[in-house]
Amino acid sequence: MGDFFEYLKSEWSFASAHPELAFAILVIGYGILMIGFFAAFAGPVTWIERRVAGRMQCRIGPNRVGPQGFLQWLADGMKNFLKEDLIPNDADRILFRLAVYPVFAGVFLTFVVLPFGPWIVGADLDVGIVYLLAVTALVVTGIIMSGWASNSKWALLGGIRSAAQMVSYEVAAGMALLTAIIPGGSLSLQGIIEHQGGWPWQWLVFFSPATFVAFFVYFVASLAEGNRTPFDLPEAESELVSGYNTEYSGMRFLFFAFAEWGNLYVIGAVITAVFLGGWRIPGVDLATQTNNLWLQLLGAAIFIAKASILVSVTIWLRWTLPRLRVDQLMMMCWKYFVPIGIGLVVFSLVWQLVAAAVPTWVTGAVSVLLTLAGAALVAGMFWRAWYNIRSGKDTPVYKWLI
Amino acid sequence: MDSTQSKQSVSDDLMILNMGPQHPSTHGVIRFIITGDGEVMQRAVPHVGYLHRGIEKLAEGMPYPSFVPFTDRVDYLAAMFANHGYALAVERLLGLEVPRRAEYLRVIVSELNRIASHLIGVGAMAMDIGAFTPFLHGIREREKLNDIIEELCGARLTYNYVRVGGVAFDIPAGLDRKILSFLDTFEPLMEEFNRLITVNEILVKRCANVAIIDAETAKSYGLVGPNLRGSGVDWDLRRDLPYSAYPEFDFKVCVGRGVRGTLGDAYDRFVVRVEEMMESVKILRQALAGIPEGDIMAKVPRKLKPPKGEAYAAVESARGELGYHVISDGKDKPYRVKIRAGSFTATSIIEHASKGLMIADLVVLIASLDVIAPEIDR
Repeated sequence: MGDFFEYLKSEWSFASAHPELAFAILVIGYGILMIGFFAAFAGPVTWIERRVAGRMQCRIGPNRVGPQGFLQWLADGMKNFLKEDLIPNDADRILFRLAVYPVFAGVFLTFVVLPFGPWIVGADLDVGIVYLLAVTALVVTGIIMSGWASNSKWALLGGIRSAAQMVSYEVAAGMALLTAIIPGGSLSLQGIIEHQGGWPWQWLVFFSPATFVAFFVYFVASLAEGNRTPFDLPEAESELVSGYNTEYSGMRFLFFAFAEWGNLYVIGAVITAVFLGGWRIPGVDLATQTNNLWLQLLGAAIFIAKASILVSVTIWLRWTLPRLRVDQLMMMCWKYFVPIGIGLVVFSLVWQLVAAAVPTWVTGAVSVLLTLAGAALVAGMFWRAWYNIRSGKDTPVYKWLI
Repeated sequence: MDSTQSKQSVSDDLMILNMGPQHPSTHGVIRFIITGDGEVMQRAVPHVGYLHRGIEKLAEGMPYPSFVPFTDRVDYLAAMFANHGYALAVERLLGLEVPRRAEYLRVIVSELNRIASHLIGVGAMAMDIGAFTPFLHGIREREKLNDIIEELCGARLTYNYVRVGGVAFDIPAGLDRKILSFLDTFEPLMEEFNRLITVNEILVKRCANVAIIDAETAKSYGLVGPNLRGSGVDWDLRRDLPYSAYPEFDFKVCVGRGVRGTLGDAYDRFVVRVEEMMESVKILRQALAGIPEGDIMAKVPRKLKPPKGEAYAAVESARGELGYHVISDGKDKPYRVKIRAGSFTATSIIEHASKGLMIADLVVLIASLDVIAPEIDR
């Protein structure tokens, strides 16, 4: 943002004449842009999720509003805005009304540091990752508030589950991030991205065995933090009715859902930035990309594409897997993920020393090998899916049903 | 135990939580009073009766054949068995011989219905554990079964097909081929279902060693059907107290083996149902191959007046022994009809089996017992 402002000042006389005013316009404009992006991402993702779920479950999914039902999310939003904002009797009215704001703010504030390009970022904070962990913790506050204020035991159980889950997995997620920060050499998301390259073997996920494992640890931990299946215990429909948001209706309910789906993008974006090379374009060096606005926009598209792939993986997981139990969830975190995370941090530190001592081709070879391993993993997944489709095709078809 | 008593017997440290009657996973209108310390329950007391329609009493006011449509409402997921049990009891009362073709048709519809009911049973259990997709895959298969049965008797849920003395309609031309083609697709699809959910590690972790009911407890609570067999008791009315044409078929009685945990846990009951579906496929193939020609209805007088006396007949329903005790006083209406339903005894064991479980496990327990509210209350 700062660099972009400098660029504006040199190109645009108004900006150099009234720098404060121009900066205010720039910041507000960017804020509005981000809210727009957030809405334009979270909304259609609900539609995509429901269509994908429909396909997976041999149903059709929403297909009435707009082409292929694309405007369903707008219709749902309108419906929820028109609904009565109900507050249950004996609920803590102030907390009940307040609870949605921390949840929404916690998710939305991450957009301050989430980058789209060298210049396209709210603020390149030096402590970007710490800031990220801090603001996402706001979500917990909101969820506990909603669980407590609803005056419903189901909501309370959901809120408490959520608190335990998110606080625990924050530790595991922090460890996994730290593993990547060590070779990345920076706490700023931009710094980490600039450290990586455009090609897969230049990404941090393939830098060392530790970061390779940390990628998976962070992905699972962030699913748990985002309350996604198989870790959707706080809103486990079959157990807790709807969890912490059971008593909410109308617009307030919408904001919980909005934050949840927006959070999907945040999960994908953080992983993309830290592990998957962020906005770097393969074969283009940093200076060229920074000095060309079009390349910056291309980088932003690459960034969003990478994040969207991760979002689709989370959607796919949600409609495939059952849900863990509370104690199993906690056991997984404290007995496996946290020790593994600590081990990864130590391993990562040792790797730094080793990498400094051995010739560069050795670390390069490790990166290439890890890239191949990752490619094999993805290929195996596709082969498996193809096998399942094939084995389904070989079965006799119901001609008489049509 | 009613709620006032349970309130007195707990200390202030425990939370009383009301689950139901409107709750996504009570499988109908049942209510549970959960006494627990946070997520860990001390016990869950089921409150039944929300769906009591007095079906048994209604029987006393109508002629024998008129009661058959009411039996559909005893168990709407497996209405063939409810029809069949009642018809069997009245036939025993009358001393009626049913034509063999009708017996074969009864077996065919029963096994089709068993597959349909078990698909919902295992699917709903998967859904209660959080996997929504297998449930809808089950629903998709059940839809095909509904189509088949609709073609046979015109109804998709409340069949009124098995009548006193035989069955209502003969099998239409070509339907047997459709059933066979369904079975051909069903087997690979079950393979897919198993890959998707039965061997899923999360499901196994959620179900294995949860809500263990040992054989002695199961027997003493009167569990029947897949729930009893899940506890390792080798007992199936189709084989041990044969009725209809079952002695003529070769099939295995699936018994829990403690595949991934302890014998009698929720996972065993899940697996028993999955295996039973495959056994039903076997029976169906044999029955379709060997179905004899002949009448589908015995010579039944227009007005049924059984001699004074009583008869009990039970069928192996999808939820276990579904028994009808019919008492006749020589008139054209039954003096008393008593229905013994598997879901009722299964509900009674919940209070015992839920001690020390977590709330999430209670949902698994209810689903693994495959209780269905109308059959509990009748």
